[in-house]
Amino acid sequence: MNPGSATAIFLDAFLINNFVLAMFLGICPFLGVSGKVKTAGNMGMAVTFVMIVSSLCAFGINKLLVRYDLEFLRLICFIAVIASAVQLVEMTIKKFSPALFRALGIFLPLITTNCAILGLALFQTAREYSLVQSIAFSLGAGAGFSLALLLMAGLREKLDLADLPGVARGAALTLILAGILSLAFMGFAGLGG
Amino acid sequence: MTDSAVQLKTSPHLRGAHSVDKIMRHVVYALLPICLFSVYQFGLSVLALILCCTLVCVGTEDLFCRLNRRPGTVGDWSAVITGILLALILPPSFPLWMAAVASFVSIGVGKLFFGGLGFNVFNPALVGRAFAQAAFTVPITTWTPAMVHVRFREFIPSTFTFPFAIPPDLRPWMDGLAIDGFTGATPLALMKFDHIDTEAAELFVGTVAGSAGETSSLLILLCGCYLAFRKMLNWKIVASVLGSAALFSWIFWLKSPELYPTPLFTLTSGGLMLGAVFMATDMVSSPVTPMGIVLYGILIGVVTVMIRLFGGLNEGVMYAILLANAATPLLNDLTQPRIYGATRKRKRKEVKA
Repeated sequence: MNPGSATAIFLDAFLINNFVLAMFLGICPFLGVSGKVKTAGNMGMAVTFVMIVSSLCAFGINKLLVRYDLEFLRLICFIAVIASAVQLVEMTIKKFSPALFRALGIFLPLITTNCAILGLALFQTAREYSLVQSIAFSLGAGAGFSLALLLMAGLREKLDLADLPGVARGAALTLILAGILSLAFMGFAGLGG
Repeated sequence: MTDSAVQLKTSPHLRGAHSVDKIMRHVVYALLPICLFSVYQFGLSVLALILCCTLVCVGTEDLFCRLNRRPGTVGDWSAVITGILLALILPPSFPLWMAAVASFVSIGVGKLFFGGLGFNVFNPALVGRAFAQAAFTVPITTWTPAMVHVRFREFIPSTFTFPFAIPPDLRPWMDGLAIDGFTGATPLALMKFDHIDTEAAELFVGTVAGSAGETSSLLILLCGCYLAFRKMLNWKIVASVLGSAALFSWIFWLKSPELYPTPLFTLTSGGLMLGAVFMATDMVSSPVTPMGIVLYGILIGVVTVMIRLFGGLNEGVMYAILLANAATPLLNDLTQPRIYGATRKRKRKEVKA
């Protein structure tokens, strides 16, 4: 597979360099919102949407900044774009599904500071992706984030009923599960290479 | 009542139930021939490896039960299975201290951390193997040839590596034995990196290099048949794993036979057979719905072949099963069978009161 093709970039962000399980970006919502499959799915969609929007905006803004020799403003511009995209998602969710809005709670505005999204914008700039490549990259990253979140949520829902020893309750369980999932994702290393 | 010719009883007419320890004991029986063959094939080192893994697994289980002040669960034989399986998927030359660490992780992290048997969402042996693969990258990919003539007289030099020391290089040992033409690679690695095919018959019987117990597909299938016959193993999982792996690799083989292995090679090489028969069928970490079981098997088969053909590693069964284990709760949720007589939910417009 040609490493620059959209499919290769999608697969790379989706499985091989999964943002959560291989690059350890966006761990905060991964640990925080993975309690229930339904919420996790919605969070995954919200993050994917923000990723696509901010990836597109970052692409355009970067072109502008490069044109006017203002690359030093890159970081702050990206953060502003992400924050406004999150605001958009937040307003939409609040209006259309107040229940989901409550379920996501603090983690929804926290998408703003989700390093996976800023990471996405910075990576695509550093790797000089074209528009199509950027879209593939953001779709892959979003899908990978959602996949990791869903797998984790499924496991945690199943283990809600388990007879856990004292040390394993709460965050410890989530972190160990994340570790094993991450080990399992190591199998994809070098895929298509 | 016992005197009469006809016995009258109310249902359920059970003549003997499958209990956990009975099933587990039979799985151990089914694993024994494979253990014997691997000892015959690789010699004393594998014997030490199997004993070491089993003892550490059972010991860890016992220790944790005591620490948690819970009733001991050593008697249910599941720790023994984990130990044997872990030993069978490690290379014969694997140093014992590393095997002990992997066994400890298998039982401690892979099983008892989640609350013991019945709650282990991942197959414990594979958790230990994945941990070892990440922690001890070189020893776990060091292969020794099968059927070495001194195998019953001496151990492979790396077996008794001092704890926390790096195992010695095996090259001088192999040169000393005057083994010709052994490149230190399994059939899978030969296929992947050099496109050298191995005789299907050799792979089927198992006289090739590889992990201790994964080499003989024939023996594994026979032992699996025994368990399936006793209804202690779900043959549908095995069938869907092997079927999907064969089909998926067949497609690529048809496309370019010189580049990709035959479906038969895919089935008989590496750990696919052992994984499909003894690890994918783990009752705890596999789905329970009829549709979920098939999807789970297909996921394992397809991911295995994908990693083998296009991944950086030459073997992907372990990762495929771990991923499928992780997806099991979701598969169970997605494939809930419809309750008999129930109709699909119709969307009714809510009437405002």
